[in-house]
Amino acid sequence: MAEVRLKIPLRKEDVERLSVGDTVYLSGVVYTARDEAHEGMLKFLGKGKKLPFNLSGGVIFHCGPLMKQEKGKWNVVCAGPTTSSRMNKLQSEVIEKLGVRAVIGKGGMDDNVMKAMEKNKTVYLAATGGAAALMAEKIRNVGRVYWLDLGMPEAVWALNVHDLGPLTVAIAKGKSLYANVNRAVAGNLKSIIQNL
Amino acid sequence: MVSKERLTEVVVELFRRAVIQPPVDVVRALQDAYRNETSEIARTQLKAILDNIKLARKKEVPVCQDTGIPLFYVTVGSNISVDVNDIHEAVVEGVAKATKTIPLRPNVVDPVSRKNSGNNIADGMPHIDFTFLPEKDYVEITVLPKGAGSENMSALAMLKPSEGVKGVKKFVLETVARASGNPCPPTIIGVGLGGSSDLALALAKKALLRPIGTKNRDRTLAALEVELKEKINQLGVGPMGLGGRATCLAVQVEKAGCHTASLPVGINMQCWTGRRAAARVFKNKVEWLK
Repeated sequence: MAEVRLKIPLRKEDVERLSVGDTVYLSGVVYTARDEAHEGMLKFLGKGKKLPFNLSGGVIFHCGPLMKQEKGKWNVVCAGPTTSSRMNKLQSEVIEKLGVRAVIGKGGMDDNVMKAMEKNKTVYLAATGGAAALMAEKIRNVGRVYWLDLGMPEAVWALNVHDLGPLTVAIAKGKSLYANVNRAVAGNLKSIIQNL
Repeated sequence: MVSKERLTEVVVELFRRAVIQPPVDVVRALQDAYRNETSEIARTQLKAILDNIKLARKKEVPVCQDTGIPLFYVTVGSNISVDVNDIHEAVVEGVAKATKTIPLRPNVVDPVSRKNSGNNIADGMPHIDFTFLPEKDYVEITVLPKGAGSENMSALAMLKPSEGVKGVKKFVLETVARASGNPCPPTIIGVGLGGSSDLALALAKKALLRPIGTKNRDRTLAALEVELKEKINQLGVGPMGLGGRATCLAVQVEKAGCHTASLPVGINMQCWTGRRAAARVFKNKVEWLK
């Protein structure tokens, strides 16, 4: 299992050499997006409008950071991943239409997203849930914020990160670490219940 | 008479402690889990968790950006002079102040319009569970900041009484397996048995307040906790659902009497942060509980 440092924007070949279980550290700008931001992006695209930010080769971070405004400037207090499965229904289209290369989150995503990721050369990177002070340390500064009217957690924050990680490659090239674990869990559950 | 100002200060400080420093018993359980883990990926997750706890303490920032919704448990002794309405107002004002000063993430929205109130206050929020104790000369305030990742994995079953304890175990195991990595394992699993549907869930949540490693006073429930913990940790969900031994840090069970025709089982999970903080406010002093 390799340890890889990558710069954003990510190239197809950067992503193609990643396998599940590898550890990744990212540098560059990542964009936070949760349920409402994904809906917002799709609404924009539906109207044929251009988004105010560029996600080609880009990275979406499923995260609603805790921010503090001091002297008119936004600073990150802490920022860890949120549950990715909430975005299952919205993620594939966002990846396809915007050329997203990596999604950072926790808990994994469903088979449809996995297929869209395989087709579009995108990877899913698992961050440690709750390790939000640790991740904030890797955020150098906050760029712009978009759609702040959605509230602090749901807005899109452009975060300039350096060596953001450790991120575990959990979905890549049609393989999912979660699917492997869940298969094993289902087997274990069955035998434990049989012996109750 | 305990003043409202005093109570407000205590509420803010409780919130600060709860979101910045996981309780000592939780940290100890996480360290044990790390030592016990053999898979490289699981160890990476637990190491990140332990590093994060140290860093949050050093920088005095919350361990997790999801600082939860404000849930409170208040016990009022009968031998202390306090206005119950002051307690309610102190909790509301304390939450607004904590949101600004710590800061907490404004998480509370209207369930229909989804509009964020900006200060974690809305209809029925913060929520306070009041109990009254005879003879005691203090007000005990506990805060349980509850994040959504774990709360969204809550479950209720109205089992048939004939399904018995075996049915309870099966439901708990299935629920934890289904939750997978979503509640941020290793979790603390609260189980409420009996009562009514709402009571079972309320008991499950209240069960999360007991420090890890303290034994259940009921011997049957104590044995059930040990057995369920062992079996859950054989599932293989592991830290963050990426596989491993540590799926839960503890299972904690509370019970209440129920109808002869029902067996309600409530499940409420708490993420690895195990966030909680409690204090007793006496007439002339405050005692911070572990």
